Amino acid sequence: MSSALKQMTRIEPVTFDLACEKLRDLSVALHALPPQTNQTSWQILNPRGQHAVAVGVTVPVSIQIDGHVGYYCAGMNDGAVITIEGNAGPGVAENMMSGIVHVKGDASQAAGATAHGGLLIIDGNASARCGISMKGIDIVVKGSVGHMSAFMAQSGNLVILGDTGEALGDSLYEARIFCAGTPASLGADCEEKPMTPDDKSILIDLLHRAGAQADPDDFKLYGSARTLYHFHVDNAGAY
Amino acid sequence: MCGIAGLFLKNRALEPELGAMTAAMLEVLTDRGPDSAGFAVYGDGTAGFVKVTLRAPVGFDFAALGHALQVGATVRDDHAVISVPIAREAEVRRTLQASYPTVDIVASGTRMELFKGVGLPALVSTRFGLAGMSGSHAIAHTRMATESAVTTQGAHPFSTGPDQCLVHNGSLSNHNDIRRTLIRENMRFETQNDTEVAAGFLSWKLREGAKLDEALTAALDTLDGFYTFVVGTESGFGVLRDPVACKPAVMAETDDYVAFGSEYRALVDLPGISKAKLFEPEPAKVYFWERAA
Repeated sequence: MSSALKQMTRIEPVTFDLACEKLRDLSVALHALPPQTNQTSWQILNPRGQHAVAVGVTVPVSIQIDGHVGYYCAGMNDGAVITIEGNAGPGVAENMMSGIVHVKGDASQAAGATAHGGLLIIDGNASARCGISMKGIDIVVKGSVGHMSAFMAQSGNLVILGDTGEALGDSLYEARIFCAGTPASLGADCEEKPMTPDDKSILIDLLHRAGAQADPDDFKLYGSARTLYHFHVDNAGAY
Repeated sequence: MCGIAGLFLKNRALEPELGAMTAAMLEVLTDRGPDSAGFAVYGDGTAGFVKVTLRAPVGFDFAALGHALQVGATVRDDHAVISVPIAREAEVRRTLQASYPTVDIVASGTRMELFKGVGLPALVSTRFGLAGMSGSHAIAHTRMATESAVTTQGAHPFSTGPDQCLVHNGSLSNHNDIRRTLIRENMRFETQNDTEVAAGFLSWKLREGAKLDEALTAALDTLDGFYTFVVGTESGFGVLRDPVACKPAVMAETDDYVAFGSEYRALVDLPGISKAKLFEPEPAKVYFWERAA
């Protein structure tokens, strides 16, 4: 029995050291947790940039990861609160369903890609394609994001306290993008929109939940111009 | 997918450790490129001499070759580095081409040695004794082939000019066109590989008088496709990602070194990494470090 499995029999934080224990054993332990588990606090040491740490957790536990992680950390999260005390590689919280993922450092490409729900908080910067094809997740980035962020974003909210790279919100559907800084450019079919009181209350709530120090009045709202939704006969010559 | 590891030392006290540090980084990247591997190391040079890295079929008698050409030869598995007086370089090259048809000239330069082969990166690294090498900077690559066959010739780094090498993660889409153009400029290519064309393009620019950063900037306008490049020159180390930045890249900088890894995993055992400045190189931005003379 691994040390982690022994600890699981007691109601104490489980410490899992990836310097000497296998990632696969961690995944097996997390996936074996029943919905009513009392083992609700986990600490993961020495991730050393490994991929797929704390992926596919479906129970409301709290997981703290002490260090930098590689690809797809906290992917498919459904209900857990996962904190990364470091940087995250590509695809952090990809396809999250619910819960909270908090990156204390920077996130690489495609943070929160295709995610359906939950809250992703990035204290630093996120690189390219943040929130690509997001489908309901809320993302708060306290720094800046890279190019093609919110590409084909369908629903949810992307809040950016800093600036953005090129082509923000390209081919956007109905996600909201709040940005306090300056977009390098807007993508096709993305435009600035008037911010309604409802939009503003969403922004204020997200800033509060993310612990972000920012004035809501500094933000502009970007959304879809809705001209790419349907085939337009005037474009027939392009095919 | 491929893996890249690069290390440029600022602190000369670390130079004896360069090979060991690079070998460790290379092995971590095995699962990004298990089919072949290679590396270039910029070590000591001898004034008035050029190092020529040769490759020949297993069992070739490099000692006899060195004796016949009257040059010193350091054999490392199926490669050897011969040290040739600069005044004799052209003559030695002619002799190699005329009399040693099984010997390939892999690279040359005052400081660069370049080794590559097919097989798991750890095996390639061990065969050539990378961990025991010293120097100021090194560039290493693990290959998962996409654009040309799994051969020693197709492994990276590619060298198309003196002390110049390039490794690549990605694939180019206009390399045939650029190869034809460069052939008209008297550049020579050994393979049908896309990366060799990128290396040749930079060597051509350098030959025409550009600095490395200027050559990399020109590459942004000319090369079409996906790429993260790490390039080396006698005194410099550069990084360039395409504007879309499909291929991953992480860098770490301390007072002692600049390190490049396709993933952070490759950097995790470097000294002082916990205090290093970690960043992803931005798309379409030229990064370049040069060693003071």
